[in-house]
Amino acid sequence: MGERELHYADALNEALDICMRRDERVILMGLGAPDVSGIFGSTTGLLEKHGPERVFETPISENAMTGVLLGAGLVGIRPVMTHVRQEFAMPAMEQIVNQAAKWHYMFGGQASVPMVMRMIIGRGWGQGSQHSQSMHAWFAHVPGLRVLLPATPYDAKGLLISAIEDENPVVILEHRWLYKTFGPVPEGHYRVPIGEPNLIHPGKDVTIVSSSYMTLEATKAVRSLADDGVEAELIDLRSIQPLDDAMILESVRKTGRLVVCDHANRNASFAAEIITRVVEQALDTLKAPPVRITLPHSPTPTTRALSNYYYPTDGHIVAAAKRLMGLPSEDPFASVAPEDTLDVPDPSFTGPF
Amino acid sequence: MFRTLLRIRRVEERLVALYPEQQIRCPTHFSIGQEAVAAGVCAHLSAKDLAMSAHRSHAHYLAKGGDLKAMVAELYGKATGCARGKGGSMHLIDRSVGFLGCVPIVGSTIPIAVGASFGSRLLGNSATTTIFFGDGAAETGVFAETLSFAALHKLPVLFVCENNLYSVLTPQSERQPHGRRIVDVAAGLGVPGEQVDGQDVETVFDVAGQMISRIRDGGGPGFLEFLTYRYLEHCGPLDDTRLGYRPPGEFEDWLERDPVRIETERLIAEKLIDAKAIERLESELALEIDDAVEFAQASPFPERAEMDASVFA
Repeated sequence: MGERELHYADALNEALDICMRRDERVILMGLGAPDVSGIFGSTTGLLEKHGPERVFETPISENAMTGVLLGAGLVGIRPVMTHVRQEFAMPAMEQIVNQAAKWHYMFGGQASVPMVMRMIIGRGWGQGSQHSQSMHAWFAHVPGLRVLLPATPYDAKGLLISAIEDENPVVILEHRWLYKTFGPVPEGHYRVPIGEPNLIHPGKDVTIVSSSYMTLEATKAVRSLADDGVEAELIDLRSIQPLDDAMILESVRKTGRLVVCDHANRNASFAAEIITRVVEQALDTLKAPPVRITLPHSPTPTTRALSNYYYPTDGHIVAAAKRLMGLPSEDPFASVAPEDTLDVPDPSFTGPF
Repeated sequence: MFRTLLRIRRVEERLVALYPEQQIRCPTHFSIGQEAVAAGVCAHLSAKDLAMSAHRSHAHYLAKGGDLKAMVAELYGKATGCARGKGGSMHLIDRSVGFLGCVPIVGSTIPIAVGASFGSRLLGNSATTTIFFGDGAAETGVFAETLSFAALHKLPVLFVCENNLYSVLTPQSERQPHGRRIVDVAAGLGVPGEQVDGQDVETVFDVAGQMISRIRDGGGPGFLEFLTYRYLEHCGPLDDTRLGYRPPGEFEDWLERDPVRIETERLIAEKLIDAKAIERLESELALEIDDAVEFAQASPFPERAEMDASVFA
């Protein structure tokens, strides 16, 4: 009997269903949450199971609706809000940053805001500058917010359950290209602890740290590197606020080499935070300067001709690791052509979302 | 209600007097001149009803039953303050009497209060929620967004706009179209209401009472725009008339309609109170305020470890 496997979207759906069954105070709201597409399947069927009192559409008023959730949380509701693209949470930054994140602290610990904000990171098929960003470093910069980036169906379910059961405001960023990934997901209720990274693959030569979709690229890179005799250790962050960096430091002390993959623009990225922590605490063990693999510091182009050169892939991670090992490496974009169809996660993907 | 009115006035007058000592070291927005709104509205609310406010919130906090000692200690930044010294004047809270909090980002508590109202209804309790804010908040995006939502869901919430004509130093006439009343904007968004004299506490009481009854009976959200006036500067204890931003004579006209004076004169004329009773009330209040100030001054500051405590629950 093998382990049961589920899609990432179904794992999220199961987490929501379980939490709503266990606690009547859990409600789900957002643009499109109860509609027929069900946030790419992650909310499908929940309206029928839990009713329109608990699963409902919101007006296009993201900032006010975030405040409404906060207020509902203050009196005992446990709300989950969905944003079909992370950019739609941007109008709500005032409520997220000034209010939700600070509420517990500025009232001396007397009130907490148990709310979850699900935001989807887009990519490909011409999503362009306003449908494909990941602002996780922004959120992680704000004291009082928890920031989660599940990479696998297992973590998607376990982290979402932990997020809903947490007493604090939680931002959970789900990458659109992960929605059709498939993996083992236990039945029933389980939690993935917030703040603990996941050692995906042990190795002794180079440490690769990644999160969200980049963990898939990094997994491919680990396999390629093994073919070249390089044993890479892969750590998936899962949570960037809080972040227990002990596993990363221990790994770098062992390997002496660090590649950090971050699905965000380069300047002030979360990769910079990881590298800073390593430099502050384990500089003496580094055999070479750490490398960050990020998106360029430009907005996302819509045409695939340019987005083909925008997103780093497993090839970039392999090349970086090889450079750190003193092995010859090539520019992974050298073999890319503008007309290539690199703008979808797999050939079954036919858009538009 | 007269006691509440006078108490708010005397508390704030004392804080104004103490402010130059530099022991109160946080932005402090006084509501002297505007007390009748808080006193008249909150007279209808019980401790299980909820209320929120914004930066100018002492009056609402006190009228809702908030703890005076904890409020003064909060202004002094003491560990015994209502937010353990971490909030100051702009972050008052007393959950035991349904005062859920206040913040200085203009408009931001409007959706939070509506969320509290929404949450109360989901939980099946009968509390109403009142949100106090100024005329400037009516210019924010969340004002429009939130009123629409409250109207859509027919929530049991009372919006109380204290229109004191100014946002910091800028008159409403420079911020909002001429002749457009805030109460009409609210009605356009689906929340009906009235524009009312905010200087006469009994008028406030009567109008608020009718509105709150309607809300309690399931009539959906209501809006009250009270015309009122701020005597002191936007933030701080000073008379700022020297800046010349108020038209000549305006301040004096409003002083003629001082809420404490109006109510005192009425109660005397109706023989409901006499000079002796007022004197007794004044000395009671003075003692209570002395106590609160002594408590705040004698209280310890928070320990160093409090600095980064309570970031997460």
